[in-house]
Amino acid sequence: MIDLALAYLRDRPLTTALNVLLLAISTAMLILLLQFSSQVRDRFERDVQGVDLVVGAKGSPLQLILSSLFHIDQPTGNIPLESLDMLRNDPAIARAVPLALGDNFRGYRIVGTDHSFAGLYDLQLAQGAHFDRPMQAVLGADVAAQTGATLGQKFIGSHGFATDEDGAQGHEHAVFETVGILRPSGTVADRLILVSYQSVWDVHGIAHDGDDFLSVEADHADTRHDHDDHAHDDGDHDVSHRVAGNGDKGAQANRLSTSQDVSRGGLLQGASRAPGPGPEPELTAILVTYRNASAAVRVPAMIDRQTQMQAAVPAIETARLLGLLGASFEGLRIFAWLLAMTGGLAIFVALLNMARARESDLALLRVMGASRMQVFATVILEGVITALLGALAGWLGAHALLSLARANFPSLAEMGLSAWGPLAGEAALILAVLAIGTVAAFVPALRVYRLDPAHLLARG
Amino acid sequence: MQLAVRDISVSFGARRALKDVTFTVPSQGRALLLGPSGSGKSTLLNTICGLQRPDQGEVQLGEHHLVGPDGLAGADQIRRGYMGIIFQTLRLISALDVRKNLLLAQRLQNGASDPDLVDATLARLGLGDKAQARPFELSQGEAQRAAIARALVVSPAILIADEPTSALDHANTQIVAQLLIEAAETAGASLLIATHDERLMPFFERRIDLVDGRVSA
Ligand SMILES: Nc1ncnc2c1ncn2[C@@H]1O[C@H](COP(=O)(O)OP(=O)(O)OP(=O)(O)O)[C@@H](O)[C@H]1O
Ligand SMILES: [Mg+2]
Repeated sequence: MIDLALAYLRDRPLTTALNVLLLAISTAMLILLLQFSSQVRDRFERDVQGVDLVVGAKGSPLQLILSSLFHIDQPTGNIPLESLDMLRNDPAIARAVPLALGDNFRGYRIVGTDHSFAGLYDLQLAQGAHFDRPMQAVLGADVAAQTGATLGQKFIGSHGFATDEDGAQGHEHAVFETVGILRPSGTVADRLILVSYQSVWDVHGIAHDGDDFLSVEADHADTRHDHDDHAHDDGDHDVSHRVAGNGDKGAQANRLSTSQDVSRGGLLQGASRAPGPGPEPELTAILVTYRNASAAVRVPAMIDRQTQMQAAVPAIETARLLGLLGASFEGLRIFAWLLAMTGGLAIFVALLNMARARESDLALLRVMGASRMQVFATVILEGVITALLGALAGWLGAHALLSLARANFPSLAEMGLSAWGPLAGEAALILAVLAIGTVAAFVPALRVYRLDPAHLLARG
Repeated sequence: MQLAVRDISVSFGARRALKDVTFTVPSQGRALLLGPSGSGKSTLLNTICGLQRPDQGEVQLGEHHLVGPDGLAGADQIRRGYMGIIFQTLRLISALDVRKNLLLAQRLQNGASDPDLVDATLARLGLGDKAQARPFELSQGEAQRAAIARALVVSPAILIADEPTSALDHANTQIVAQLLIEAAETAGASLLIATHDERLMPFFERRIDLVDGRVSA
């Protein structure tokens, strides 16, 4: 009967192709949506792991989470360094990881922190060692791969969080040295450059204990500074060439990233906000891991009540974010299902026509010994085969598209978007498409089931 | 297997198509059902095949009751097991090529196909080079032979044909009649053919004249 069903499908190639195409497109859309939302969710979950609370400056809690956990938005502001000790002394808190943000190197964020950060994501070194002095840097796996940086390579951070070709504001006086490269961890750490938070202060000329005070440059103290006439000029560039010391090519490469001015958030603002006695050493945020469940109730309340800081719960904020994403996905999803239904309807119409046109064929099958069930199955099979072809084509198409996208847009790969990882949801989806084919075939099949062969054959 | 038809009457509404039809075709015998258009030949064959429920009467093939006290119960199975049918309009399945048409008939009969028998039958009927052709690519005569081949590959006990030569010229009519008789002989099957074509008469040992739904003496 499969042969016969296939023969009937081949017999009207255009209709079959159209029906397969309709189902393939809708399947592909649904799978892409599924892959995308699940991989985004995955990514979020990996980056949130172990962080129960993020403490930072007041502002939008979502923004705080985005900037300090996922490293995609601007920070909300700065918080005093003492808060780190305060949290670390709290017996209910197992771990508090300091973050000082403000610069990037070719678009990769430079994160001032300490060794507790590596513990948070269980980061392993592929080469070299962890930083233990200011101006030493450990590169995430993607950073090393994309910039081609090696151990001992020197580079200069640029101000802000994104590369901007002509902004021309590097920190030429402060040169980082690569001392370690991390193994890929599948977390945001792959795209970060880890340094000590003291280094970040040094870069921005913030005085802190146990280090020389570096003069605060004018542009750092002035929020409304002007790019065109600030202190960084050709002279400074020469300095950079000299200190980078990696030959002309290396120096140029290292100078590639230029900065974008950040008028809010980051250490810059912290520095500029304190004009009186001079900039205080500050942090951008602290990632907190609780020791016990009771902390979840007490610590956020304590921070909100007793300090100028805010406490944001990553689980809540990411749920909200996924909710927002989910809403826009929902529209697409409904559209894709409607398309799949259209495919089902097209199968229905095609099979109904088929059943009518081939009534005599099918009656003949009955006369030649086919049971009612067999002719019924022939029609159902046609629907199922069409749906199966559509689902498979859609599946292949979606995954081919994903790998193509990955190959052409490295940023998708960086986001952790993988191409071929099948999901449990995909199996369910393909089954659903098959079900559509079956349901669409049911009425035409029933019609064939009820056929009275005698009636048809009696008329010569 | 002997075919016995007893007291068959069929009516369509008020119209009686068959009235008390009785005859037998002996095992491996050859009978011609002759009658003008509208005399009820097709109706009678349909009834014999268990496709048309008669008002009364019985049809028996060997020990098996195709049509009888239990109505058409079991008719499907007996038809499938013992009858090779050639339809007036041939009814080859156009989505399948000739060979696949034959294989399908075998599979519908007993769930298995016998490609050797199919190929041998096609060769014997001169269709060896048309095995892969689709029905609409055949000439009328080729299609007729393909339909005969399909009835033969199920190794029937009786071969039943409705107007197998109605579309053929005189020469081809002779050839097809010859073919049918040979085929029935090699298969050890009896043969029952309905026609209005008197030219077939010389080939048959027995004739049943149907006039207005009655067997005339
Ligand atoms: N399904 C039916 N409903 C009503 N009347 C029918 C039906 N089938 C046949 N008849 C009538 O029964 C009579 C016998 O028809 P049948 O087809 O058996 O004739 P036939 O001898 O095969 O004719 P032909 O040589 O033209 O094929 C005709 O008058 C026909 O109109
Ligand atoms: Mg007739």
